[in-house]
Amino acid sequence: MAIRRGRGVAAINYPTGMNLGGDPTQALVHSTPTGNFMVTLSSVDLGQGMKQIMAQICAETIGVPTDRVVIDTADTDTGPHCMGTFASRGTHRAGNAVIQAAKEARQVMLEVAAEELEVNASDLETDGQGNIQVKGAPQRSISIFDVALSAHFKRGRSISGRGMFLIPRSYPEKETGAMKPSTCYAHACTVAEVEVDDETGEVTVLTVKNVFEIGRALNPKMVEQQLVGGSWMGISHALYETTEPYYPSRDHAGTDFNQYLMPGPGDLAETEIIVLERPSADGPFGAKGPGEMCANPQIPAVANAVFDAVGVRIDTLPITPERILRALKAQAAS
Amino acid sequence: MAKVPVQFTLNGSEKAEFVESGTTLLHALRDKIGDTSPKGGCHQGTCGACSVIIDGELRLSCLTLAETCGGADIRTTAGLAEGGVLHPLQRAFLDGFATQCGFCTPGMIMAAKVLLDHTPNPSREDVVEALSGSICRCTGYEPIIQAVLAAARANSQNAA
Ligand code: FES
Ligand code: FES
Repeated sequence: MAIRRGRGVAAINYPTGMNLGGDPTQALVHSTPTGNFMVTLSSVDLGQGMKQIMAQICAETIGVPTDRVVIDTADTDTGPHCMGTFASRGTHRAGNAVIQAAKEARQVMLEVAAEELEVNASDLETDGQGNIQVKGAPQRSISIFDVALSAHFKRGRSISGRGMFLIPRSYPEKETGAMKPSTCYAHACTVAEVEVDDETGEVTVLTVKNVFEIGRALNPKMVEQQLVGGSWMGISHALYETTEPYYPSRDHAGTDFNQYLMPGPGDLAETEIIVLERPSADGPFGAKGPGEMCANPQIPAVANAVFDAVGVRIDTLPITPERILRALKAQAAS
Repeated sequence: MAKVPVQFTLNGSEKAEFVESGTTLLHALRDKIGDTSPKGGCHQGTCGACSVIIDGELRLSCLTLAETCGGADIRTTAGLAEGGVLHPLQRAFLDGFATQCGFCTPGMIMAAKVLLDHTPNPSREDVVEALSGSICRCTGYEPIIQAVLAAARANSQNAA
């Protein structure tokens, strides 16, 4: 009886969004009379930072500071249509819709500014600070505040735009069954080191080293936050969490946090995160969806590390001490 | 059921309420007084989201009856900022990206405040121990641990 060490590796591809019956998300952008921009969405921020990212995308496209953009995700009954926040699709789908809507709004904004400055709209540019100026002659400029006032009270124009991003439905080919479940994939690789007590079946994860390829990181600190939390969650799924420990039997199913196990702050493995940025072809500014992907590779990596440590393959999650001991017993018997 | 009067101070100001006997402090704070900073996660003492400070001690407001709080000094996360200036713990959570959905955050901050009030220069183990009654779905805890350590450092620099 001993503590045995093992190391496991796993790599994954993870689709950004999924092939529903076509996968659309819609966004609407309009300016207030004072030149702030409202983005209306039905995509929901669950804490992953959707609002911040959408504000950055809209601000970058229109050419204003991020704090001039307000994101309204209030009501899925009255907002523009979105399939929802799931499958790591939010940044990719809603981001593309916001870009399209913001481009249209920017065009109207420039047209109003052109009338005010008596120049051609194609000769104008934004300075990113809230002003519009003539290319090559920045002293000829007008604030976006004044442009919005003019649009609203003088020229009767709505500085607004509509955006729709659709991944069309992919049908399987009749002959081969081949289809395109997603247009965009994120990738990850994890190496996990564990200790397994072959007497108690208990697994301790010592280190997890993760490399994530996530397209362009639109907000690097928030990406890191997702990845750190996701790496922990992957370990939690590998070793602890389940609502159905004896599936399909409901016996001993957890009904509250006393029974539904999650690792606490005292159970953390030493965690390393490395981000690779390979901009995607069809993502907003090259982004992919890192959200769910980042909690996946730890699971097979831990399973492989357990195999490396004690020579048993556990193929049912979570990898509990009971499952390990049963497998060790079966191994000894054969 | 008969209502009972209860009087306490919440974040320094006097509160008086009539509550049904058996009402939890969590319910009284959120639904009667309107301080929604303590969150109701499990209502059975297993998640820590409802943590508040009563007379300097960390307590679970979902397991505390409001009527037992007469005369108590109750502190919640809503009372931490002074004017527009965030408390060092709030600042550290913000700067350290230690919150995502935010549901655990008020409980974590209360637990950390009691720790730092008693142990201004805690070790990592002290922080882990102090946070161990609170669960977080989102962050993986490490950013929270780091934020509490950063707040302790900021406090001791200010004191020096
Ligand atoms: S709500 Fe009080 S501990 Fe969960
Ligand atoms: S930040 Fe979501 S539960 Fe902790």
